Amino acid sequence: MSWLSEIVRPKIRAFVAKKPDIPDNLWHKCGNCGEMIFHRDYAGNANVCHHCGFHGKLPLKRRLELLFDGEEYTRIELPKVPVDPLKFKDRKRYSDRHKDAQTASKEQDACIVAHGLIGGQNVVVAAFNFEFMGGSMGTAVGEALYAGARLAVLQKAAYIVIPSSGGARMQEGILSLMQMARTTIGVQRVREAGLPYIVVLTNPTTGGVTASFAMLGDVTLAEPGAIIGFAGARVIEETIREKLPPGFQRSEYLLEHGMIDRIVTRKELAAELGKIAQLLMNKKNRGLSSGTQAATPQLFLSTAKKA
Amino acid sequence: MPHRTCRCVVGVLSLSRMNNYLDFEQPILELEGKIAELKRMDDPQLDLRDELKRLEEKAEKLLKQTYGKLTPWQKVQVARHPARPRFGKVLSTLFPDLVTLAGDRCFGEDAAIIGGLATFEGYTVMVIGQERGADLQSRLKHNFGMAKPEGYRKAQRMMKLAEQYGLPVLTFIDTPGAYPGVGAEERGQAEAIARCIDVSLGLTVPVLATVIGEGGSGGAIALAAADRVLMFEHAVYSVISPEGCASILWRSADHAAEAAEALKITAQDLLRLGVIDAIVPEPLGGAHRHPDAALHSLRLALNEQLGLTLKHNPAERRYQRGEKFLAMGRKAA
Repeated sequence: MSWLSEIVRPKIRAFVAKKPDIPDNLWHKCGNCGEMIFHRDYAGNANVCHHCGFHGKLPLKRRLELLFDGEEYTRIELPKVPVDPLKFKDRKRYSDRHKDAQTASKEQDACIVAHGLIGGQNVVVAAFNFEFMGGSMGTAVGEALYAGARLAVLQKAAYIVIPSSGGARMQEGILSLMQMARTTIGVQRVREAGLPYIVVLTNPTTGGVTASFAMLGDVTLAEPGAIIGFAGARVIEETIREKLPPGFQRSEYLLEHGMIDRIVTRKELAAELGKIAQLLMNKKNRGLSSGTQAATPQLFLSTAKKA
Repeated sequence: MPHRTCRCVVGVLSLSRMNNYLDFEQPILELEGKIAELKRMDDPQLDLRDELKRLEEKAEKLLKQTYGKLTPWQKVQVARHPARPRFGKVLSTLFPDLVTLAGDRCFGEDAAIIGGLATFEGYTVMVIGQERGADLQSRLKHNFGMAKPEGYRKAQRMMKLAEQYGLPVLTFIDTPGAYPGVGAEERGQAEAIARCIDVSLGLTVPVLATVIGEGGSGGAIALAAADRVLMFEHAVYSVISPEGCASILWRSADHAAEAAEALKITAQDLLRLGVIDAIVPEPLGGAHRHPDAALHSLRLALNEQLGLTLKHNPAERRYQRGEKFLAMGRKAA
């Protein structure tokens, strides 16, 4: 390799091949109906197809902006936990996979916590980033959800969780399974404080995430057409050796079977959440019931304040 | 310790079939075959006692060696061993006065999770466990230990009843996982499991969980959000079956042994990780060789662990249970 091939040739090539400044993704093709949508129109419509109403993937930051009043929110720093507790390695090291996901997403892990106002109501939001290892739940995610619950209790705010996850992060082995219990404890702390716990199921929510905090909402909403279930469709097909019914495990199917309260479009979501939080935190209703029979709030609050 | 021998030895093959030997037990099987053959000869002119003693000692040594260093994948096979004592055996041995309760009061009765009221160490207790069945017929009846939402809702009902009457809850886990089916999804498998964990963590009565065979994923933790989680020495407890994990991460179920290793599913690993609280010793060669000895060991362990949970007052007990789970994974093990 001479300086000719290493330096001169690429420079010439770069000069000759200089293209006009046009991004190649001006158009978005709907994942459902296949219609082409101008990318700015698509983004302006919160990544919802104009033609069929299909709710596409929404970047986490955009989701938060759409939810909070005036697009203003504060993210909190999350507790650090040991990464790769099992030194897990399949065809690739988990620590490498994790690092790659961090670099690609510029996030620490798959769940972030923010607080602010929605519809004028004080809320804490914990939202999943599906792009980060499929939104899978390991210790860091469990810790984030618990931190969100604690913040909600301290701020006397409604707690809104927006999962989008394939389930437990198997690279953390049994510790990922333990998140099903750990996140449930967070839900209980919010409940004991008499605060609303609202879940917004987005595409997809499956496995251990569904089978824990995601199905424990006081009120459970879902975006249209989201896949929500415990077992994966392929696993079920292989077990029963039958074709699955149409619309199986979609939001509409869950609504029909009594598993969720409402299906809410992305556009209406912020208003709905504000309304529900307001209805559940109406000051005039205070003292009308003896409240949840909480066994531990005193113990919990004393430790929460210390932390 | 005496070995299980077979008086009607015809050959190595039939012995293997009768005693359900595992592949890695092959050398032990051959020795035991020889011992059985010698015993059968029973020739008064030949004094075989020394030779017999020598072989028996050798077999025991081999058994000790093999079972002293079982690989995680071998433990999976031991945990799934057809002759391993199942929950039904636990019930009949440890809780002979059991009054079974049935039904979730919503939809149906699920035989994959059974249990009811019984006496243990003088206390009335609520016993709940997964039964996978011992032969084909009972396996079908109990759906191989794979519970549907009805099962988890029945468990919730029993836990709430236990809280109402101040009964310690003893759960026994042995399941490949919750049942993946259309009906199960329709009736809210995820919600049923989630609520089961929720109810269990909310109890103020003592909750003891024991993984007696295979602790399969969400279907297992639904019954294992307990004050004290015990595991039989050769039981396994995992977020996903090694086969399932291998077929996803290695793209082939053939890598199950590697996956089993990587997932850290043995009682010894989980104790180190702080996920379980105690290991219940099994007799030499596994619970399937001496079920009664295994159950005796289980009784002692449960008795001891129950004593520990009874030291706390109810509110404290519930709080400590939560804190125990919250502490998991926060510090490097």
